[in-house]
Amino acid sequence: MTTALKEWPLWEVFVRSKQGLEHKHCGSLHAADAAQALDMARDVYTRRQEGVSIWVVPSAQITASNPDEKGELFDPAADKIYRHPTFYEIPDEVGHM
Amino acid sequence: MSTATDYLLHLADNALVLGQRNAEWCGHGPILEEDIALSNVSLDLIGQARLLYQLVASLQGGDATEDKLAYFRDTGEFRNYTLLELPHSGPLSGYAHASLDYGTTIVRNFLYSALMALLWEALEKSANADLAAIASKSLKEVRYHLRHSRDWLVRLGDGTDESHARTQAALDHLMPYTQEFWTGSPAEAAAFAAGIGVDLQTLKADWDGIVDGALTEATLKRPLLEGYVSEGKKGLHSEHLGFLLAEMQSLARAHPNGNW
Amino acid sequence: MYTQSFNVPDAPDGKTVPLAPSKEDAALQAAFDTRIDADGRIEPQDWMPEAYRKTLVRQISQHAHSEIVGMLPEGNWISRAPSLKRKAILIAKVQDEGGHGLYLYSAAETLGTSRDQMLEGLHSGRAKYSSIFNYPTLTWADVGVIGWLVDGAAIMNQIPLCRCSYGPYARAMVRVCKEESFHQRQGYEALLVMMTGTEEQKAMVQDAVDRWWWKCLAMFGPPDADSPNSAQGMRWGIKRVSNDDLRQKFVDATVPQAKVLGVTLPDPDLKWNEERQHHDYGRIDWNEFWETVNGNGPCNKERLATRVKAHNDGQWVRDAALAHARKQQSRNMKEAA
Ligand SMILES: [Fe+2]
Ligand SMILES: [Fe+2]
Repeated sequence: MTTALKEWPLWEVFVRSKQGLEHKHCGSLHAADAAQALDMARDVYTRRQEGVSIWVVPSAQITASNPDEKGELFDPAADKIYRHPTFYEIPDEVGHM
Repeated sequence: MSTATDYLLHLADNALVLGQRNAEWCGHGPILEEDIALSNVSLDLIGQARLLYQLVASLQGGDATEDKLAYFRDTGEFRNYTLLELPHSGPLSGYAHASLDYGTTIVRNFLYSALMALLWEALEKSANADLAAIASKSLKEVRYHLRHSRDWLVRLGDGTDESHARTQAALDHLMPYTQEFWTGSPAEAAAFAAGIGVDLQTLKADWDGIVDGALTEATLKRPLLEGYVSEGKKGLHSEHLGFLLAEMQSLARAHPNGNW
Repeated sequence: MYTQSFNVPDAPDGKTVPLAPSKEDAALQAAFDTRIDADGRIEPQDWMPEAYRKTLVRQISQHAHSEIVGMLPEGNWISRAPSLKRKAILIAKVQDEGGHGLYLYSAAETLGTSRDQMLEGLHSGRAKYSSIFNYPTLTWADVGVIGWLVDGAAIMNQIPLCRCSYGPYARAMVRVCKEESFHQRQGYEALLVMMTGTEEQKAMVQDAVDRWWWKCLAMFGPPDADSPNSAQGMRWGIKRVSNDDLRQKFVDATVPQAKVLGVTLPDPDLKWNEERQHHDYGRIDWNEFWETVNGNGPCNKERLATRVKAHNDGQWVRDAALAHARKQQSRNMKEAA
């Protein structure tokens, strides 16, 4: 076993703060395996009742978009203002729509 | 003392003494994540002890308080299992010192949590409603302690040659102390007779099942038991409890009229 | 706890850090500068100047080391806490500090440095941590005073860091700061209760205040005039308020708290300055501070040796968990095959 492999792998922790809400990224930790990562996430990230459900994902398994491609990935959405409800004017007498 | 208080003190002392021992790891754990996890176990145990002492204090009345019970009783008055007061190491004389051994910690937490997961569940039906309520709360906590210690037991037993050897040694050292679980005491007998407590014998088969299942998975051998049966719950302790209490109680006793 | 806003250089590790980006693409540098100037955030995968990355790794890891070394002085009193309530509070508090260390190591790891590498820096004595933890906790009152003053000083330091330009650090600090206010309050409240007690208890509180006060003032780091790195930190948005400003804020906040508590702060020069609308205070002994930072405080060796021992003693446990995980994985693979 080389030294580099002696470190426990890193996991990303996602916590659902209450029923009905989505899981939100809250941090990371080291654990030897998934079951342990889950337990440790419970001990590290929910000591103050911050959660009702936890996901853990090996950090190495996350594929992230390249910040250099931010322009081509996300800017094209900027001018599609017709996707938003406020783009459309509806007469007041129609009421809420 | 009444039937209930003797029995409640046994339960309370168990929780406090093990909580005190586990807290020794705070700041010294094998990895940060585990340091934090073990502190949670300690906090649960100290919380259980406090509820139980508060219940005893209310039954005793007068100027009894949780802290009087924890800090101003002497070694011979403590009713915890001897298992729980031993240092986190192999067999040692009272004044000898050794490094904290995580194998010992895990084996002990496992053996005790396996018992308490069964006992708290049974005590949910205690005739003493306050105790039943404490049992319900403690049951959730101990189920997590059992899961935590059992998972680690398997990791350590199955892990490396070194971890296997260390964990087997810890098991060989500690297992004999579990004989105390199954020998009666006047306090337990009286509590059972009054419907407050449980006949531990009825839990033994389930406990054996939990232990054997985990040991098999951990590739550990269950040692044959013979010889000395400890009697901490009757007030006859190892040399270690005196040191544990001397340290724990020193400040409170140096300022008996202090406000904290 | 506990940054020391000074961010002193660690001992050299043989690699030289170029102070200014030299060969980096000027366009990337310009985009980075623009984002920093607009008070924007930098995220792990964004381009950043090497010096920014190095400075952050150093600052965040020093901060993380401070949290975990900081577990030791207070941990010293867990076994002797004078009531079960205080015992539980103290365990939870010291445990939180471990959590802070963990959040911070995680934040630094996003910059490409592993926790093992950072720990190696600490254990070899190369990396610094807050000098305040190199003093002994001699009585129970020290626990209260550390919560009140040391955590109090740390909060002053840390709140501005919640707006730090580096996203993961800022987010870690938000979590840390939420937990810190419990730390300061529990400490102060413990002292308030002691001050209602016996004469010995009151004397114990005053003695602890006397021993910790000046060390807390030094926690904010050298005077601005002697902090050459501060300007760059400010420019990069990884330091938001100057050492002296934070220190002044701390003094001004603490004086009325001391009055309510009924203790004297051990500084004959401490008085309200009507003109400045701040308290004046006496001269800090920077010699002692630097002696302690550089390894010659009363507990430096003990603290470091204790951390190293815990890490080394835990090696077999960490190895076992990893070995088991690998065995499980190959067992599962065989089963699937
Ligand atoms: Fe902290
Ligand atoms: Fe703190």
